[in-house]
Amino acid sequence: MTRTAGRLTPARLSPSDVLRVGAVGLRTRPTRVILSALGIAIGIATMIAVIGISSSSQEQLLRQLDRLGTNLLTVSAGRTLFGEEAKLPTGAVSMVKRVGPVITASATGVIEATVRRTDRIPKEVTGGIAVQAATTELLTTLEGGVTKGAWLNAATERQPAVVLGSKAAERLGVTRTGVRVWMGKRWFTVIGLLGPMPLAPEIERSALVGFPAAEEHLGFDGHPTTIYERSAEEAVEAVRGVLPRTVNPENPEEVDISRPSDALVARAAAAGAFTNLLLGLGAVALLVGGVGVANTMVISVLERRKEIGLRRSFGATRGQVRVQFLAESLLLSALGGVVGAVLGALATAGYALSRDWPPIVPPWAIGGAVAATLVIGTVAGIYPAMRAARLSPTVALATT
Amino acid sequence: MSEPYTGETDKPDTAGGALAVGRSGPYTVGGPRVVGRSGPDAGDKGGPDAVGGPYVVELRDVTKLYNGHVQALRGVDLTVGHGELVAIVGPSGSGKSTLLHMIGTLDRPTTGVVRIAGRDVAELSDRELSALRARHLGFVFQQFHLSPGVTALDNVADGLLYTGVALRSRRERAAAALERVGLGHRLGHRPNQLSGGEQQRVAVARAVAGDPPLLLADEPTGNLDSAAGTEVLRVLRDLHAAGTTIAVITHDAEIAEWCPRQVRVRDGQIIADRGDGREPPAEITKGGAT
Repeated sequence: MTRTAGRLTPARLSPSDVLRVGAVGLRTRPTRVILSALGIAIGIATMIAVIGISSSSQEQLLRQLDRLGTNLLTVSAGRTLFGEEAKLPTGAVSMVKRVGPVITASATGVIEATVRRTDRIPKEVTGGIAVQAATTELLTTLEGGVTKGAWLNAATERQPAVVLGSKAAERLGVTRTGVRVWMGKRWFTVIGLLGPMPLAPEIERSALVGFPAAEEHLGFDGHPTTIYERSAEEAVEAVRGVLPRTVNPENPEEVDISRPSDALVARAAAAGAFTNLLLGLGAVALLVGGVGVANTMVISVLERRKEIGLRRSFGATRGQVRVQFLAESLLLSALGGVVGAVLGALATAGYALSRDWPPIVPPWAIGGAVAATLVIGTVAGIYPAMRAARLSPTVALATT
Repeated sequence: MSEPYTGETDKPDTAGGALAVGRSGPYTVGGPRVVGRSGPDAGDKGGPDAVGGPYVVELRDVTKLYNGHVQALRGVDLTVGHGELVAIVGPSGSGKSTLLHMIGTLDRPTTGVVRIAGRDVAELSDRELSALRARHLGFVFQQFHLSPGVTALDNVADGLLYTGVALRSRRERAAAALERVGLGHRLGHRPNQLSGGEQQRVAVARAVAGDPPLLLADEPTGNLDSAAGTEVLRVLRDLHAAGTTIAVITHDAEIAEWCPRQVRVRDGQIIADRGDGREPPAEITKGGAT
């Protein structure tokens, strides 16, 4: 016979038809769909939340760093070769200020005195509060601020006036200015309360008086013990190199220099690295979810042999049956992935907001979640789809 | 035209009776190229692919072995021309289901030649067979095989999914097909809102929505009471009158008698073949149980 009718080529399914036919099995068994998508959702949610929460915490620290700056260096007197506490020369601050890139420098000096609410409280009960002399520029250098009252100025630094660090005020129970505290052997008036100082926690625990007042009323020798210095950001390392010699030309090896922001940088790095274990847990959850999807798909194929046979009788090719079940598997895991991503993002937002962190879900995490669900959907669907496609139409239709 | 010719090759078969389905004219198709228009109303139903021979169904010495020894068909010769209404009747285990699978290209013969719409099944790949089914065949099954929770319209439209027609015109054709089986007012109903007879009519609409040249009905009334069965037979009668070739596979003698041509199958062989499939079917006088 002559082949006049030409070749028989099966029609292609349009992408929307593939989606439609892939969704058939999902629509008819909603409970099972929800349960098996839940497995994927939990896995994705875990991973997104782990990444999101650690990113948020890292972001919080980085923003704090941005705000505080990383250009602050702390110079402390250190110890002599014999192990005694060394002292910095009295002119050290002005020497530091002469270093080119230095923007601001100030000093504190530890005083052998205590601060108490009244003279009735024994001397030994210091509450861990240090008494220090401070130069008037200190607040500028630390970029701190007062919550109440005022900072020391050229006038008050000569008076028996004291500014309390936030922790010191809390421990003394001072909540307002104008009250008097007992320092050394006389009353000082509280003229200001400081806010938090994340880069200089030792200041938070100090009672600060002016250098002249300290020398006059508290027997201070005028030698600073710590110098705070800020320079241009790009010159920090260079400044660091010259500081020991500048501060203490006679004994530069005694000087300790630290960069307080380094601690924050380290914490930020740790916040980013902490997640590996939890991420692994999320991956395991995701894997289990994938197995759940594969299981659902195998059962779906077994139950729908009749439908498969029917579709073959309509003219579906093996490939089209395969595509149908692959699409179903992909839709199932994509559903879980979307729900999981939303849950993970919500968990991140909730946790971050409760801690006053900026909620951050990195786009690469979302992209990774999408890729993971697609891979899982494909892998989980391949075997069931092959089985479905291999079914002979007669066998599929014969099952009752 | 060639009509008398094809008619003649048909006649000996129908007259021949038991086992007499001769191998006389195995390659009649090779002769004159007949554009498939044997019935007055076959029309252009099959589209361009309806070319290729006087027969919609042509089986030559077909055998089928299952598992290498169970012989379901032992040398069957059968031809069905355009516009015929044929009953393939026999008890269970007679091989009529296997015959349905052969005609429906759902399975391949062990030996022999199966030609559907002029195409030799043996020469076609699985993909090509699928395309053949999509364009040339419509199936109706005993269990209606409708998707629950899906409207009648979409159930019918789903049957056209593999024909390459866009969704919108699938729906339009589905509506037209439902109109044809008298369910134009039930487009939005779901299977559980329809009676058994209506469900089977939906299944018939699905099978004929693409205007296939051949409709295969496997025990179409098997799950229905007599009133509902009558509804379905009436629809088949109307389709036949409009030119569709129909093969009804049944074990029910009454339905077989109703068809103008009956092919009796027993033990994998055709034992009788009588009547002219182009005649109109008998009056529907079903009273008894199915």
